Amino acid sequence: MAVTIDDVKIKSMKTEDFKDNEYIEKLVEELNATGANVAVGKLDQLINWGISNSLWPLCFGTSCCAIEFMCLGAARYDMARFGFEVARNSPRQADYIMVQGTIVHKMAPALVRLYDQLAEPKYVIACGGCAVSGGPFKKSYCVVDGVDKILPVDVYIPGCPPRPEAMFYGLMQLQRKIKIQKFFGGVNRKEKIKDFFRKHPEDAGEY
Amino acid sequence: MSVKDKISKICPSATFEEGDVLLVNVPAEDWRALAEALKHDPELNFDVLSAVVGMDWKETLGVMYYFTATSRNWEMLSVKVAVADRENPYIDTVSDLWKVANFQEREVYDFYGIKFINHPDMRRFFLRNDWKGYPLRKDYDADPKLNPIPEDDEKNEDATVSYVKDPNGVIKPIPSRVFEMHDYVMNIGPQHPSTHGVMRFRVALNGEEVKKIDVVSGYIHRGIEKLCEELGYPQILHFTDRMDYMSAHQNRHCLCACIEKALGLQVPDRAVVIRTIMDELMRISSHLLAFGCTAMDLGATTAFFYGFREREMVLDIFEKTCGARMSMNYNVIGGVIADLHPDFVKDVKALLAIMPERLKEYHTVFSGNIIAKNRLHVGHLSKKDAINYCITGPSGRGSNWSCDCRKKHPYAAYDRVEFDEVLLDGCDSYSRYMVRMKEIEQSCRIIEQLIDRIPEGDIRAQVPKIVKLPVGHWYTQVEASRGTFGVYIESDGSKNPYRVHFQSPCFNLVGVMDLCCRGNMIADVITIGAALDFVIPDIDR
Amino acid sequence: MFDFSVITNWFNNLLLGCMPEWATVLVECIVIAVILLAAYSVLAMFYIFYERKLCAYFQCRLGPMRVGPWGLMQLFADVIKMLIKEIISLKGTDKFLFKLAPYIVVAASVTVFACLPWGYGLQLINYNIGIFFMLAVSSLGVIGILLAGWASNNKYSLVGAMRSGAQMVSYEISMGLALLAIVCLAGTMDINELVWAQENCWFIFKGQIPAIIAFVLYLIAATAETNRGPFDLPEAEHELTAGFHTEYSGISFGMFYLSEYLNLFIVSGIASLMFLGGWMPFHIAGWDGFNNVMNWIPSIVWFLGKTFFISYIIIWFKWTFPRVRIDQLLAFEWKYLMPIALVNLCLMAVCVALGWTF
Repeated sequence: MAVTIDDVKIKSMKTEDFKDNEYIEKLVEELNATGANVAVGKLDQLINWGISNSLWPLCFGTSCCAIEFMCLGAARYDMARFGFEVARNSPRQADYIMVQGTIVHKMAPALVRLYDQLAEPKYVIACGGCAVSGGPFKKSYCVVDGVDKILPVDVYIPGCPPRPEAMFYGLMQLQRKIKIQKFFGGVNRKEKIKDFFRKHPEDAGEY
Repeated sequence: MSVKDKISKICPSATFEEGDVLLVNVPAEDWRALAEALKHDPELNFDVLSAVVGMDWKETLGVMYYFTATSRNWEMLSVKVAVADRENPYIDTVSDLWKVANFQEREVYDFYGIKFINHPDMRRFFLRNDWKGYPLRKDYDADPKLNPIPEDDEKNEDATVSYVKDPNGVIKPIPSRVFEMHDYVMNIGPQHPSTHGVMRFRVALNGEEVKKIDVVSGYIHRGIEKLCEELGYPQILHFTDRMDYMSAHQNRHCLCACIEKALGLQVPDRAVVIRTIMDELMRISSHLLAFGCTAMDLGATTAFFYGFREREMVLDIFEKTCGARMSMNYNVIGGVIADLHPDFVKDVKALLAIMPERLKEYHTVFSGNIIAKNRLHVGHLSKKDAINYCITGPSGRGSNWSCDCRKKHPYAAYDRVEFDEVLLDGCDSYSRYMVRMKEIEQSCRIIEQLIDRIPEGDIRAQVPKIVKLPVGHWYTQVEASRGTFGVYIESDGSKNPYRVHFQSPCFNLVGVMDLCCRGNMIADVITIGAALDFVIPDIDR
Repeated sequence: MFDFSVITNWFNNLLLGCMPEWATVLVECIVIAVILLAAYSVLAMFYIFYERKLCAYFQCRLGPMRVGPWGLMQLFADVIKMLIKEIISLKGTDKFLFKLAPYIVVAASVTVFACLPWGYGLQLINYNIGIFFMLAVSSLGVIGILLAGWASNNKYSLVGAMRSGAQMVSYEISMGLALLAIVCLAGTMDINELVWAQENCWFIFKGQIPAIIAFVLYLIAATAETNRGPFDLPEAEHELTAGFHTEYSGISFGMFYLSEYLNLFIVSGIASLMFLGGWMPFHIAGWDGFNNVMNWIPSIVWFLGKTFFISYIIIWFKWTFPRVRIDQLLAFEWKYLMPIALVNLCLMAVCVALGWTF
């Protein structure tokens, strides 16, 4: 028997309040088609509940969006309410990297490195026009036109800079996406590690 | 003897041009002699190097220098040095006379490939060492294939080079090293919670004591100055909000003022007063953030939240009138884009009413604390060094250097209000911090005087659809939250600027990190950085 | 007052009735270990929640609210997440020491945890040198931290670990001296006897001025011992990103995180044992009616209440004060705290000798 997910609900926001439910329905359909057995499926749901309610950000801000992110943590918006507050400075302990601000050529390898240093499961949010597409600096000689050129992005938050409310919306979207991910069988970590060492053969020495 | 006569006596080959600032044309070979005279001659005595602007005039490359004489009522002078050799352009360094030129000349080298003779450390400043070409040259090849997004980390380059002229007049590169072989170098940044962005310091340590700091900048260098050259004047305004986002209004005010000066445009009185009030509100918001970040960097997390609580009030005022919490895009050429919100006066008065009491609370929560006081008494910067490194703004005034643009050459409505220039003589991080706190009071005082006297009338002057500046160049300064912000525009008469240069205060601030931190502890690097309060996108541009 | 040893004795006799003695001991050990570890993790989770909520109130915020009622389920979400996070093994690290370090830290704190007197008859181990043993074992944690810093092959970790070593070794002294003053007053190191000695009057009142000084000294030294603000230099977030545990991920980091909070509980527990009477209710000699009313409150509530109160004070410190610098930290200990603690010990000896105690 397989577990099916009917609806992706998060506590903080009603499903009908989201502007784009189509993609999530599609993802649910896909998930239900492949299916999982009861034990694994239920465990998956528990784990996803855990991850989605305990998203610890990596402090990574390059420009204005970082200041709005600070406002998000401050008293008026208080992201601690949702369990997002434990901002870690070490990438090993963070769950997602919120790219706040422009990424330029000199920074790109450092950002990719930070992403590699994050422990699985890890997510990327592109926050602000610059991270989404290069924003006002798109035509510059040394700006990366969107972090999706170098990292797999889960959620995009447009704005210049996005209001804290928009950042919350983006985080809720990430929570919904996490709710339907497959922990068992979904992420093949061994493959990923192998893939990493294929790209960085000089680090593979001891493995 | 006037400055003009004096200069022509020292350097007969110099020619002069009148403009908003007197311009001296000097051949490259006579430049060094003139520079020494400008600095040391008691009648010239130009002690501040305000701006260094690299230039490409197509047939020649060169540098525009802007000097200020603090002893003679902030008289300004500009010097133009040009070289015709595009392959190997060499100009004498002035980094030994004005220390601020150290990083400025590295920036010029990075953008234009001009090598400075006798400069101790001729590395690129913003771009990677393996970058091909000099991006701000007019003939730069912008093909992305030439400079693709790099995949590997930049190697730590300890090797640097210095160009020295030998007695025969031949210029030779002399290699040297940034750090010694056995230095224990710790890397702070680019991703680090206390660098306030993506700045990178390579710190040589002796135990916990700092031996030397190497500033590696450019992790958010977006090439704004090059982008400006491809856009029309109204289109370049928005970049200023995104450089020092904590002085968005002042920066944009400066650029607008520079364009208005070039156009000879009279800004309506209402707009002038609104701009002044907005600038001061921005200053309050910026200093509140500085307070919060200083407290947080020192470990007093709660104080950070208190600072942000009041900052939200300022942001609300901005949001109602400008439509955005940050990156307001409010000033436009000839005035401001929208009229004040009906609640503006009421909201501002509410802010002014609570600020004095809240400032006392900050003092109780953070700076009155014995631990904070002991931590902040570090990072000595003498007045002489502050002038030499051109440390303006609250940081300069914390070293007792009277350098407030609002007093020295009043612009906007600053000549009709009473306020004090806050000066403290502690010369350390604590003074810099306290100057900020007291400037909040002064900003409140300025706003108090203006808020009930906002004149009626237009909010902006009539400006043609396509703004074209006459041929020429202009330099304007305003007092931004972190110091003197300058804009240089050179126009060839078309609708796009030929060259725009932003002289940001934070660029100079980061230049004294090495000086201030030497001999202190790692923890003090963070304190000193927090009290200098630089904003990285303003440095990198 | 309800004596918990009634239950434990009953359980012991029950087991003895159906199995040989060695099996009884074995079963009891297992049961105790399970209860101990469960209590350890539940308390640690409670403490994380407690601190988050408290600091939110200090900062005009709400703290965790959305996961479960008042955010009560927040910690379970965190634990689930932490358990499934990838544990990254790194190139260039000392693999064995890197993995060993978190266990040493946890083991040290669990051992001390086991010694705390929870209530009347609720105590696992009782030595005649109990308090001495607790001090000795709690300082083993620093070895774990040093190992973590060394094995990580990271400059931040190393600097953090070195700071930690210097800090914990220094502050151990004033902590020991502060407690010694109380031992001097009580005349015993046995934990059980220490509690009973406070039956009529808690030590902080009994020893009057020197005891109060010792209490303040102990609080300062204990804050430093647990690496908490304003003495949180080993992990000074804004200088060393995450200090000695920069390179730890997943549950290895979780262990550091849990033990950090548990250490807070332990030092608060020792403070309540030594100064506020442990599980002993508030008694005033001669007021029998009042004392009887106080006895109605279970002893375990007294112990936890006092401990949480002291933790509250320490958390309050952390969120109010800026961090000190390493040289200031050491100067404070060696130039001020330790001499004061020594003088205080002499003062206490004089008070006890002359009988100037309540």
